[in-house]
Amino acid sequence: MPNATAMQAAKAVPGIPQDEDGPVFNEPWQAQAFAMTLALYDRGLFTWGEWAATLADEIKRAQAAGDPDTGETYYSHWLAALERLVAEKGVATRETLHRTRDAWDHACDRTPHGQPIELRASDFHE
Amino acid sequence: MAHDHDHDHHHHDHEHSELSETQLRVRALETVLTEKGYVDPAALDAIVEAYETKIGPRNGARVVAKAWTDPAFKKELLDDATKAINALGHIARTGDHLIAVENTPQRHNMVVCTLCSCYPWEMLGLPPVWYKASPYRSRAVKDPRGVLRDFGVTLSADTEIRVWDSTAETRFLVLPMRPAGTEGWSEERLAEIVTRDSMIGTGLPKAAP
Repeated sequence: MPNATAMQAAKAVPGIPQDEDGPVFNEPWQAQAFAMTLALYDRGLFTWGEWAATLADEIKRAQAAGDPDTGETYYSHWLAALERLVAEKGVATRETLHRTRDAWDHACDRTPHGQPIELRASDFHE
Repeated sequence: MAHDHDHDHHHHDHEHSELSETQLRVRALETVLTEKGYVDPAALDAIVEAYETKIGPRNGARVVAKAWTDPAFKKELLDDATKAINALGHIARTGDHLIAVENTPQRHNMVVCTLCSCYPWEMLGLPPVWYKASPYRSRAVKDPRGVLRDFGVTLSADTEIRVWDSTAETRFLVLPMRPAGTEGWSEERLAEIVTRDSMIGTGLPKAAP
C-alpha cells in the first residue's frame, strides 16, 4: 500500500469505505478530500481521535437533519468535518472558504465547456 | 492537476463549465490550504494517484462484457453509448456524449486527452497519471504504434490505428475485441479480464488462461 498515513486513517477512523487494500472512492473529489485530510494530519493539525470525533459529530448532525444514512453520503460528512476543523484550527475562516468557493463558481461561468478551469484574481471581485 | 489542453474545441457560446456544489467546496479548500502552505498540490495528486484504481465504480468492464455476450446491447452501445448504458440503470450511469468505438482486426482505437473532465471516470475509474501527461498525448497522435509498443501492445502491421481526441463534449470508450478462448464465459467472468487500459486502447483485455 502506497501511503502509511492512509492505512493509519483507515484503522483509526470508523466507517471509511474500503476493500482489502484500503480506502475506495466513488468519485474523484472524495479522494481529493481524503488526500487533504491526510496532508493536514501529517502537518500535525489534528490527531485521528480528534478527526474521528469531528466526523462523528457531523454525521450525527446530518442524520438529525434527515440524512438517509446509507453510506453514500459518508464523504459529504467528511468534507463538512474538514471545513469545520480547518476553521476551528484557525487555518482559514468560513468566510475565506466561502469567498473562494464563489470565486471558483465565477471561474466556471466564464470558462467555456471543455477548457481547463483556472482561478484568477479577478474571480474574487464579482 | 496539469492543464495543458491545446486542441481546438467547437463550442456553443452559451455553454460554460460547471462544477457541482461539492466540487466547488473541495476546490476552495485546496486553493486556500495551498495558498497558506498547508498542502502541496503535487503531494495531493500523488496521494490521489496512489488510489487511481480505487476511484469510481469502474463499470466500463461490465458494459464491455455485456456487449460481448449480448449482440442487441452491443448494437445499441455503438449507436448511442450514453443511452444504452443509462438504460441498464442498475449496472451503471454515465454522462452525456459518450461514444463507444469498436476494435476489430482491421482497426484499433486509442483515446487521448489531457483534461480530467473529458475522461469518463464513472466508467473507467480515475485516469492513470500518464494519461494526463503531455508526452503521452503528443506522441499518441504522432506515433500511436510506438506508444502502444511501449505499453507492450504489438498490433499487426495491417491493423489501422485510429486515435480519438476526447473533449468535454465527446468522450470515448473503446470496446476491445473479445479474446479467443473465452467462449461460454459468463458476463462476470468476462468483466474480470477487461482492463482499464483496454478501454482506453492502450492495452488489450487479459488473455484467457
